[in-house]
Amino acid sequence: MLTVIKRHTLSVLVENTAGVLSQVSRLFSRKGYNIESLAVGTTDDPAVSRITIEVLCGEQQISQIINQLRKQFSVYSVRLLPPEQSIRRELVLIKVKAESREVRNEVIQIANIFRASIIDVSTQSLTLAIIGQESKDDALEKLLAEFGILELVRTGMVALERGEATIRNNSGNKVRDEFDLGKNIL
Amino acid sequence: MLMRGSQIVMECLLEQGVDTVFGYPGGTILNIYDEFELHGYNQKIRHYLTAHEQGASHAADGYARATGKVGVCFATSGPGATNLVTGIATAYYDSSPVVFITCNVSENLIGKDSFQEVDITGITMPITKCNFLVKDVNELADVIREAFAIARSGRPGPVLVDIAKNVTAIEGEYEYLPLAEHPNHGRLATLLRRSNRDLKNPEPNREDIHKLLELIAQSQRPMVLVGGGVIRSKGAVPEFRKFMERLDAPVGSTIMGGGACPGNHPLFTGMVGMHGSHASNMATAECDLLIAIGCRFSDRVATDPPSFAKNAKIVHIDIDRAEIDKNVQTYHHIIGDARRVLELLNEELPQHDYAAWKAQVFARKELPLKKDNILHAHEILETISDLTDGDAIIATDVGQHQMWSCQYYHFSRPGQLLTSGGFGTMGFGLGAAMGAKVGCPDKVVVHCTGDGCFRMNCHELATVEHYNIPVITVIFDNRTLGMVRQWQNLIYNKRFSQTTLDRGPDFVKLAEAYGLRGFRAKNQAEFEDAFRQALAAGCGCVIDCAIDIDAMVHPMVNGGTPVTDFLLH
Repeated sequence: MLTVIKRHTLSVLVENTAGVLSQVSRLFSRKGYNIESLAVGTTDDPAVSRITIEVLCGEQQISQIINQLRKQFSVYSVRLLPPEQSIRRELVLIKVKAESREVRNEVIQIANIFRASIIDVSTQSLTLAIIGQESKDDALEKLLAEFGILELVRTGMVALERGEATIRNNSGNKVRDEFDLGKNIL
Repeated sequence: MLMRGSQIVMECLLEQGVDTVFGYPGGTILNIYDEFELHGYNQKIRHYLTAHEQGASHAADGYARATGKVGVCFATSGPGATNLVTGIATAYYDSSPVVFITCNVSENLIGKDSFQEVDITGITMPITKCNFLVKDVNELADVIREAFAIARSGRPGPVLVDIAKNVTAIEGEYEYLPLAEHPNHGRLATLLRRSNRDLKNPEPNREDIHKLLELIAQSQRPMVLVGGGVIRSKGAVPEFRKFMERLDAPVGSTIMGGGACPGNHPLFTGMVGMHGSHASNMATAECDLLIAIGCRFSDRVATDPPSFAKNAKIVHIDIDRAEIDKNVQTYHHIIGDARRVLELLNEELPQHDYAAWKAQVFARKELPLKKDNILHAHEILETISDLTDGDAIIATDVGQHQMWSCQYYHFSRPGQLLTSGGFGTMGFGLGAAMGAKVGCPDKVVVHCTGDGCFRMNCHELATVEHYNIPVITVIFDNRTLGMVRQWQNLIYNKRFSQTTLDRGPDFVKLAEAYGLRGFRAKNQAEFEDAFRQALAAGCGCVIDCAIDIDAMVHPMVNGGTPVTDFLLH
């Protein structure tokens, strides 16, 4: 059976306590999958954190991982975000070498085209911030490479479903209810 | 009221009705152990000091499996805690409810590689249902209540509570809370509210139940596969027996399902899988409907998942949704507690009659058992069964003797077979037998072991002697690691690499050195005589039974091949 490796975006609501992140991430490492991108932060409820994980693996593997994730008692909700119905964004900060006025002007022009913002300037460098998806970020990165990138950092993808669908409003869904039942703790 | 953290631990155990703890003290857990003397908790809770923490962990596990109550085990930080790890994993793989309480170094020393410090919550994360590190004395009672609720509910399993030493020394607020009130307070209440749940097992889906009833109605050749879920689910066994008798279908069992169907029942085909019977394994391939209840199709059962029950619609009944479609692809599933699912099925299931199908299944016979002047495993087990009216609790270690025990002893109730089915822990048996005997003092407890396994934890004979826990250890002594040798015999062209145990000790003298009685048996008559004496002895006994070094477990299927391809008949 041929396994088609695809990028999957998972959104996970978890209890905001110590150890939850390693509980979640070990389910990926146990099966030998490298996490491509990971973003964690609290939600509107400070006791709940939301983890967005992107991973490259096959369909069978991702459903196994979701099953195991749902089983963790500190995990409240798991959603595999469908690519065509989700918006995904990440913030990238890029520090570029810019030692002359000409270079600075050129970088600023490029930044404007990409709607990146200049968030720090010094005589030796410029720091840009851009929000987007891989294609846009990669294009900018490629252009700036010419001037010399001193540092680059990504926040990791965060994602939401389009429209009114949320990670919470899918109860009544049989599969999810089954998992809550077998949640194994309660 | 204000009390020391260590006393809160004791009070919380009493709230849970705990009267038995297995453990081993050490530097960081001193305050908790001090409570036994300081505030007289030894009047209410009996502590069993084992020879090694691993023995304590298996004893707590065996206690839990035999009684259905939550087992409790104490250990200190660092090496004390890591010595529990094998025991925790053993409990986790077989869904046995045990609460492990360890103490860590004081909060100000955590993370400094202090003496006997280890990140035990990190280490045990993959082998516990959940674990906790307590650094606030005011959370202590709450956490222990949550730990017990988690251990015993849903699919049961081990939970570890690690308490920083300073928390056990300082005073915190504690109010007695009756067990029934626990779900309405503190962390447990928050967890339940967030999950929109209570502690009861929710109702199985009626449509799913009806769909199975329809599948049964259409089936010509149904088969039942029963697993440990039916053993763990309280009150499921009577419902299961009603179900299987009405269905009138052959019943195969996993190792963990031993005791769900009486071993001598006319519908029982025996174990399924690597050492499954001919009747069981062939029936899984020939049935058109396989109803699997509380099992997880491990690689020892579904040795080759794609071909397993390939002519059947597989219906999987389990409490854990994550088990569905994990190892084999199923046609239909029902999520729920085994007892409740079976109750609902029994409400509507009519009496069936599959005489022709049963005749086909039970026409397959096993090889005739050997009877000559040397001692055979089946003779040992038949004798044990005869002399205990088939009522003894059997705790096993892992290997050939384990498979023989499951094949030749007829288990008739849950908690009668204590064996490390999932994790395959050599050295499990003696600890488990002690725990079972402590929990069920009226039952005869027999520890079936091999000479290899017994060596691993035989130091627990000291515990057997000290507390006078009269378990009978029966060593299937073939002077080799029998199961590994069997593989070497059949698959490795008889290269017996590092499996021959031509060494001491003399097990009879060993038993005597521990102050117990030792016997030796070379044939069935000698064994019968020794076992009778052991039953009457009223103390721990060891019977060293000499069996053939090349005795094998029949039948056998190689891993990764279909269960119908017998390597050995």
